[in-house]
Amino acid sequence: MSTEIKSPLPGVFYRKPSPESAPFKNDGDSVAADDVIGLVEVMKSFHEVKAGIAGTGIRFVIDDADAVMAGQVIAEVQA
Amino acid sequence: MTLRSVLIANRGEIAVRIIRAAKALGLRTVLAHSTADKESLAADLADETIEIGPPAAKKSYLNIEAVVNAAKSAKVDAVHPGYGFLAENAEFADAVTAAGIIFVGPSAEAIRLLGDKVMARQVAALAGVPTVPGSDGRVTDLAAAIAIATRIGFPVMIKAAAGGGGRGIRIVGDADEFARQFPQASSEAAAAFGDGGLYIEKVIERARHVEVQIIGDGDNVVHCYERECSLQRRRQKVWEEAPAVGLPDDVRLRLCASAVALGRAVGYSGAGTVEYLYDDATNQFYFIEVNTRIQVEHPVTEMITGLDLVQEMLRIAGGAKLSVSQDDVRIQGHAIECRINAEDPYKGFMPAPGTIETLVVPEGEGIRFDTLLFAGYAVPPFYDSLLGKLIVHGHDRADCLARLRTALDGLVISGIPTTIPLHAALARDASVADGRTHTRFLEPWLETDFAQLARARENA
Repeated sequence: MSTEIKSPLPGVFYRKPSPESAPFKNDGDSVAADDVIGLVEVMKSFHEVKAGIAGTGIRFVIDDADAVMAGQVIAEVQA
Repeated sequence: MTLRSVLIANRGEIAVRIIRAAKALGLRTVLAHSTADKESLAADLADETIEIGPPAAKKSYLNIEAVVNAAKSAKVDAVHPGYGFLAENAEFADAVTAAGIIFVGPSAEAIRLLGDKVMARQVAALAGVPTVPGSDGRVTDLAAAIAIATRIGFPVMIKAAAGGGGRGIRIVGDADEFARQFPQASSEAAAAFGDGGLYIEKVIERARHVEVQIIGDGDNVVHCYERECSLQRRRQKVWEEAPAVGLPDDVRLRLCASAVALGRAVGYSGAGTVEYLYDDATNQFYFIEVNTRIQVEHPVTEMITGLDLVQEMLRIAGGAKLSVSQDDVRIQGHAIECRINAEDPYKGFMPAPGTIETLVVPEGEGIRFDTLLFAGYAVPPFYDSLLGKLIVHGHDRADCLARLRTALDGLVISGIPTTIPLHAALARDASVADGRTHTRFLEPWLETDFAQLARARENA
């Protein structure tokens, strides 16, 4: 069944640790609960977002560098 | 030509500040804003507003094409970039100029020259400005770099040529560590700044951060004396003063003259700041970098000189000559600025966007509050955490500190945590009162003195 991963903070969501790096996770990847799946930049400081749940076939529903609200869905996984 | 209109390519308190200055000069003001800033004090004050993109700065305030298109469609005479965002982006200055619009600031060439930290250091040295002992320009060869570091003495800083504002700096203690860090620093600089160039500078162990405000019209350059910004956290300024505490008069004269010499050497136009490290032990000052824009802390200079730097920038951009000669610029009293941020000082300075419930601004002689706030305003999470700047002027530093304590007690911002308690504590600290501070004072002080105050507060 599909489970939603939500942003814990409001800000800007990034899928990569830096602009030149590969994404933390690609669509279709499996994730462990402790895996970092992105960063949220709030007022110029960066906070890691962890999957929080183990699953397969992660699918991101927002783009790199998109604005997010606290509680907004970032991605879905099959858990 | 005299300007008739200006587009403000910025947000927050500096957008408010520029709009007010432009209106005082009778200019039509147009604010370029992201969707997140539609409901903001700056948008409310501007004569016109243009939306330039979504909240993320990359897609709005840093989008050169969107900003230039907004300026063209608004048919403005000039663009004021404020600070941060595109303010020191030579490509942006070029794009504005190419569109037939005046860029409020120095030429793109001056931004480019002074923005390259190695070039700036060479320009400074040629103008007779003392520089921190280090390499003559870029170093690429590791063996040569180690030889330089050994000659000037460890610890040294490995700095990125394209860095600045405290970014791209590593401190190393010996030759072995240097050999490990040097290649890493180069690839990191290449990734972060698109330029892997490095240079080396000696670490001044107990330095104060002192900077000189200059303003030029392309022909003439004057200084507006110095500011001291030694109270920093993570290399970000927290509290600023003018003039610097306890600077001997002869040193002040040489320091300010050196900044003017540097400005003259590049035919500087607009407002700029020459930053230095000052070594208390030897009374020596050393050039660090030039910021080719108005700075956050410019109000302390305005308070002690009576000048309006933002109005002066706009007049100069319109083709006027400097409105003051060097003799007209005099220091009157002392001023301190506290940066009030949306951060919780009791929780590791965690940023805290949210809605302002109440706002009470203290009033009185010598008090100024530059802000983007109003009661009911929702502080967005997308930009820096600066909410406002409390600036207080006094007859002398002791008088200024006394007024500052009263003003801080009268400043009420509720709904989100702010750094007001940090400033209230600093304003009552004996070391701060005695001017016994330096750039590495604040962080240890937070761990000891402020942590103790925080514990007392929790137990109360």
